[in-house]
Amino acid sequence: MGTFLRAVTDGVLEGGVYGLMAVGLTLIFGVLDIINIAQGIMVVLGAYLTYVLWTHLHIDQFVGLLITIPAMFILGVAVQYLFIRPLRGRERTSMSLLACYAVAIIIEGVLYQIFGSNYVSYTDYWTSPQATVEIGGYYLPYIYLFGFALAVLFVVLIYWMLYRTQFGRSIRATMQDHTAARLIGIDVNRVAALTFGIAVAVTAAGGMVYGTTTAFNPNTGYDLISRLLAIIVLGGMGSIGGALGAAVLMITVESLVDVYWNPQWSVVVFYAVLVLVLVFRPQGMFGRKEARAQ
Amino acid sequence: MTVLLRTEGVSKAFGGVQALDDCTLQVEEGSIAGLIGPNGSGKTTLFNMITGYGRVDSGDVFLNDAKITNFTPDRVFALGIGRTFQLTRVFSRLTVMENMIVAAHTKDRSGHHGDKRTRNPFARAGGPVTRRRAMELLEFTGIAKLAGDRAETLSYGQRKLLELSYVLIAEPEIILLDEPAGGVNPTLIGTISDRIRELNRQGTTFLIVEHNMEFVMGLCDQVTVLDNGNPVVTGPPDVIRNDRRVLDAYLGTAEEDDDAA
Amino acid sequence: MKPAVLWRGGSLVALVAVAAAVPLLNNPLVTNVGVFVLMYVGSAVAWNIFSGFTGYISLGAAVFFGTGVYTTALLTEHLKLNGGAVFATYPLGGLAAAVIAVPFGLIALRVRRHTFVVVTIAFFFIFQLMAYDFSWTGGTLGILGPIVNWDPNTFYNPFYYTALIVAVGSAVLAWAIWGSRFGLQLRAIRDDEDRARGLGVKTMRVKLTAFVISAFPMGILGGLYFFLQGQALPEYAFNPFYDLTLALMSFLGGFGTLSGPIFGALLLEPYLGYAQYQVTNAYVAEVVLGALFLAVIIFLPRGILPTVGEKFTSWRVAWVRRSAGAQAAPAEPAGASPAADAVKTGAAGSGAPGGGSQR
Repeated sequence: MGTFLRAVTDGVLEGGVYGLMAVGLTLIFGVLDIINIAQGIMVVLGAYLTYVLWTHLHIDQFVGLLITIPAMFILGVAVQYLFIRPLRGRERTSMSLLACYAVAIIIEGVLYQIFGSNYVSYTDYWTSPQATVEIGGYYLPYIYLFGFALAVLFVVLIYWMLYRTQFGRSIRATMQDHTAARLIGIDVNRVAALTFGIAVAVTAAGGMVYGTTTAFNPNTGYDLISRLLAIIVLGGMGSIGGALGAAVLMITVESLVDVYWNPQWSVVVFYAVLVLVLVFRPQGMFGRKEARAQ
Repeated sequence: MTVLLRTEGVSKAFGGVQALDDCTLQVEEGSIAGLIGPNGSGKTTLFNMITGYGRVDSGDVFLNDAKITNFTPDRVFALGIGRTFQLTRVFSRLTVMENMIVAAHTKDRSGHHGDKRTRNPFARAGGPVTRRRAMELLEFTGIAKLAGDRAETLSYGQRKLLELSYVLIAEPEIILLDEPAGGVNPTLIGTISDRIRELNRQGTTFLIVEHNMEFVMGLCDQVTVLDNGNPVVTGPPDVIRNDRRVLDAYLGTAEEDDDAA
Repeated sequence: MKPAVLWRGGSLVALVAVAAAVPLLNNPLVTNVGVFVLMYVGSAVAWNIFSGFTGYISLGAAVFFGTGVYTTALLTEHLKLNGGAVFATYPLGGLAAAVIAVPFGLIALRVRRHTFVVVTIAFFFIFQLMAYDFSWTGGTLGILGPIVNWDPNTFYNPFYYTALIVAVGSAVLAWAIWGSRFGLQLRAIRDDEDRARGLGVKTMRVKLTAFVISAFPMGILGGLYFFLQGQALPEYAFNPFYDLTLALMSFLGGFGTLSGPIFGALLLEPYLGYAQYQVTNAYVAEVVLGALFLAVIIFLPRGILPTVGEKFTSWRVAWVRRSAGAQAAPAEPAGASPAADAVKTGAAGSGAPGGGSQR
């Protein structure tokens, strides 16, 4: 497979996974109007959970999702209920953001305490050389494919939920207008809590895939959140399709820069793209104008 | 009679909804003009188009025969068009007096009423002339004793008066009032009416959107009825009151307001 | 002059005098902690000049601090400076930070508040990455500062006084801005930016100016930090906790107020500094910081000072009411317009007589 094609494939597949994590983040923004800065460290948490399940209980990553996803869902609901919902007053959204930041550093500190700062990686079937498929001289690891498929699956599930279920309709109504949603009988608090839970649960899957492909430690959370934030800004905050598209686009660009120019600069380019987009199109690709006057 | 403010064929659509449809309107200088119509007829949208809170799809807006279409809100304001909002917009954490000062300082009109405009940004906010003028206006609207209170502590009616006050401090030629009587208790409505009449006597032109028929009919010289984004009839209150088309435009009688604000 | 002003002014002068006297205790540990306390006071006040007044939460202040660190570091390294000369470079660090603030602000301030926060975070990461990746910043090894052989007892004193000057300077600056036309416009932007713009406030210009002004002290303090620590490292120069700490201090003391950030810093930094010495594990300190932050914003959302201030005002009003209630109700001022009466009857729950709290 040509270098170009390989770089693009890598980018798209990896982008899909980032897309999954970004979708959660943008969903939270759309419904609750807050930016969950903790999303990055939660991905790492998901990765660590998967790691623990594997190394101590020998549970395969994909099977482990059956545990990690509900666990992270509960965590998400708990965080929203305990730390976001009680916030009142005019600075609510700013404080929510800072609350998420606080939660993030708490989780990070706890992870450091438990696991230390050493990089962790899985060594199992999925990371072994056999788990690859050969395409034109290039060995594409299964995990990339499965990871991408998983990402697609979840995004499809989320879309299905949003557009085909009653709950999804409640979410979309809440995204439009909290007050109006309340007036038609939607329990906005419940919607908020559940949405947060879903968004965090999704990171369990993202974390699992990420952990399989990359070594990580608690500090990785920063790298992740900064990328995710850039992705949702580029895609347009609140736009799910935008998050996915932007993820694939930016990771692919980064992948190309990595291969054709200089790995050191690929990350800088990533942010440079963000900055450029903001200069010319502040609302991102599919962004809506910020509806709620602050 | 000269025409002060004029729109010509203004149209504006939001997605699939045609909010304004070839809207042509005139406001004579020195008059109090009313704009009524059922909910969704485009009244606030028209205000937004005139004052720059949105771009027209087609058509033009003229102030004293000068085209001001799509001018930004601050330019429109600087040219002498003041505007209040349906849901009052005041600076909540600032005091009433500070609200007045913000509006005063950024206006660049007749210099003889203002303090010397300094280039120094650290100059104290609100020189003595500005403050005196602000207090005069606050006394005029009756909320002078709240001058030191934060705007967020004001009642809804008081906020309406504050908004009117700080729009006034800019000495506009014409003021667009968006539902000045909406949600306000009856005694206060009378006050607002009086104040508008008084200001009009002193030369300010008004264009008022309202649902309260008593208010509009009692105050305005000319009333335009908007229906589905298009003015259907214009005339003095007595004529409008009995016009078939007005009754048709509204669901129910012209006196009742069954689509509550 | 009103007694309130005299009280305030007097206590502030006293505070500064006390602060200036601390190094005379000849206790280097105390002075060392003092340096950090003052650094945070200065930073928090500066941060608040932009974020508190306009309401735009910036999580990229570390960019300014770090720029100051590296500017001083590079100048010191290339010009082979030492001692007092290094101190002379601090204002240049401040200037560099202010210069960086211009393009930073021009890009970041074009977007709304939520996106703004994200953009500041992005800039932070860009700068941190550049510090790690560029060769002229020394990469992961950073830049070493000159060795200094001063008397250990008074080692921290020059740093202390510099930090004190910057802290006081920032506070004075914040105070000057607060009462000025510029400050009023900033605060109006916080309350209703669109309306402010509609009334003619040049919002972009105003926001950018505040942004640049807030960068300057942080840059100076960054330079100070470099010399104090003896090296410039990417993770310390561009430290994500810096912003969170500043935000916490401001919220703790009262976000958007004048004395809030000062109070918050004075309250919090000694603890944080102490914790750093006592708690060998930096990660536990991290967890505690986060937990503390959550506790503050959930239980004391307006911050300590405003909450206390409000309680005080409501006690005072209740006391006035009780003593006034013994007499007949005060007579209406002669010639009050019917409008005022109507307004009173129309008013539902409009502040106690005597008004809400003034600020």
